[in-house]
Amino acid sequence: MRSRLRGSAMTLAYERRTISRELTVDVPDQSFTVVIGPNACGKSTLLRALSRLLRPSAGAVLLDGADIHRRPAREIAKTLGLLPQSSIAPDGIAVAELVSRGRYPHQGLLRQWSREDEAVVAESMAATGVADLADRPVAELSGGQRQRVWLAMALAQQTPLLLLDEPTTYLDIAHQIEILDLCARLHEEEGRTLVAVLHDLNQAARYATHLIAMRDGQVVATGPPQTVVTAALVEEVFGLPCRVIDDPETGTPLVIPTARRRSPIGVTT
Amino acid sequence: MIVLRTPGGVSLRLHPRALTVGLTCALLTLAAGVLALGSGDYPMSAADVLRTLAGDGTPAQEFIVHELRLPRLATAIAVGAALALAGAVFQTLVRNPLGSPDLLGFTQGAATGALVVIVVGGTSTMLSGAAAISGFATGLLVYVIAWRRGVHGYRLVLAGIGIAAILTGINGWLLTRAPLMDAARAVLWLTGSLDGRGWIHALPVLIALALLGPAVLAGAGPALRLMEMGDDSANALGVPVERLRLALLGAAVLLVSLASAAAGPVNFVALTAPHLARRLTRAPGPNLLPSALLGALLLVVADQLAQRAVPGHQLPVGVVTGLIGGAYLIWLLAAERRAGRL
Repeated sequence: MRSRLRGSAMTLAYERRTISRELTVDVPDQSFTVVIGPNACGKSTLLRALSRLLRPSAGAVLLDGADIHRRPAREIAKTLGLLPQSSIAPDGIAVAELVSRGRYPHQGLLRQWSREDEAVVAESMAATGVADLADRPVAELSGGQRQRVWLAMALAQQTPLLLLDEPTTYLDIAHQIEILDLCARLHEEEGRTLVAVLHDLNQAARYATHLIAMRDGQVVATGPPQTVVTAALVEEVFGLPCRVIDDPETGTPLVIPTARRRSPIGVTT
Repeated sequence: MIVLRTPGGVSLRLHPRALTVGLTCALLTLAAGVLALGSGDYPMSAADVLRTLAGDGTPAQEFIVHELRLPRLATAIAVGAALALAGAVFQTLVRNPLGSPDLLGFTQGAATGALVVIVVGGTSTMLSGAAAISGFATGLLVYVIAWRRGVHGYRLVLAGIGIAAILTGINGWLLTRAPLMDAARAVLWLTGSLDGRGWIHALPVLIALALLGPAVLAGAGPALRLMEMGDDSANALGVPVERLRLALLGAAVLLVSLASAAAGPVNFVALTAPHLARRLTRAPGPNLLPSALLGALLLVVADQLAQRAVPGHQLPVGVVTGLIGGAYLIWLLAAERRAGRL
């Protein structure tokens, strides 16, 4: 198993608060890797480190064997893309214009808008189903449409590796599935390596080819969902008693939380 | 959008509307400039002005245009463009439509230097130098205070407001220490005035614009556009956000400091010009070049109004920009409310 993107013995900290020590993570090439774990377990911090937003205070993030902080940002941006959790759409910007900004690492002073840029932006909008919205102001779109536009911008960057920080947050269930289906298609059809942070364990188990389970800033388990998502591990990582059954749709693990024994209604104990 | 491509792989993107706005501003500035050069106690026709500029005027005309009126016009153009360009950069950097050198304390900083020279006594060159240096030092101070593993937009605003408040206090104290004559001179300077400005005032700003302008426009313009979308997005697209922010902040503070040194802290140009530019071009983004051109036009027109509005009495240009800028902001508020956006 080869890994172009690796975190090696990283210490990750904000100010004086250390989140992870000696954290080592490999992202298998061509995988759809999903990072799971309870709130504040350090999964978003890990993603920030992998995407160069947070510089490890010790250790390093290696892309193709080289420290990502020692190479020009623009070079990295041609290989490693990120869909951040919060992005701000500039006032009055239209969809096509926003998506075209994803071409920045490929552009220059005299190469502002090549035919390739144009083609890639059109492809990205088609792939995410926002081509019809091209001239609409981003501010007028629904949450699900807006997230697809941001994803289109990340796609236009044309990076073989794409990191997604909680891409389904704030979306309703239908739009969550829509985004995840889209990610799965990118992974399968275009052979991109995806790394996503997800909150929903069952969605993670259904879509991931590789899981990284974290707790208290450390990796607890890695591997395919079938081996990682077990009742024992869910109990250990989330502190949630549960049963794990086969997803009737896909055969992937499905976590069913154990029913809490309730006192009968109207009877106080 | 118009795209120009050459077989060599060169491709350029042009926004017709932004281009039109920019060109119109430049032409209007030229026209207003010719008018300004021709008006005053010794009126000249536009043809005479152009002939004199080409070197074919009478000695009297040569003297009036080249020695008296052109330096003032050049100062107005340079200061207006510098303030507006810096304002557009600040507004994008702090992601706040109210981000301006006044809000961030830089103009107050420049004023402190100028006031010290006025109170202690010194030449007008020393005054300009002190204003430029203390303005730039204030910029550094705000950056250092706001820095914590990178400078966040609103931390910069908070640090700036704090420093501005302290400096306003110090400036007030300096004013009370000054003898009446000096205090009057100081207040005139603080309002912003182009009266009696010569090449010595215009040149530093023009040079700074010539050096920093292209660097900011071409070197950082596209990256600045990405920074509007948040640091994370810009970083992900390959913009070295923190380094660029420091460089841009430095360039903008330098422009503001030198502009203040030349004409005093002229009100509202840095705040109003970028807003107006964005409304006119209807293009998202910092609109750096249209802002700068509009700033130059605003200040040239404002200076004409300042000189002619009240017959026999010259107003400081800062009074006019304050009135225009304030009125524009109130109108903007009303327009936004009508459109249901506020």
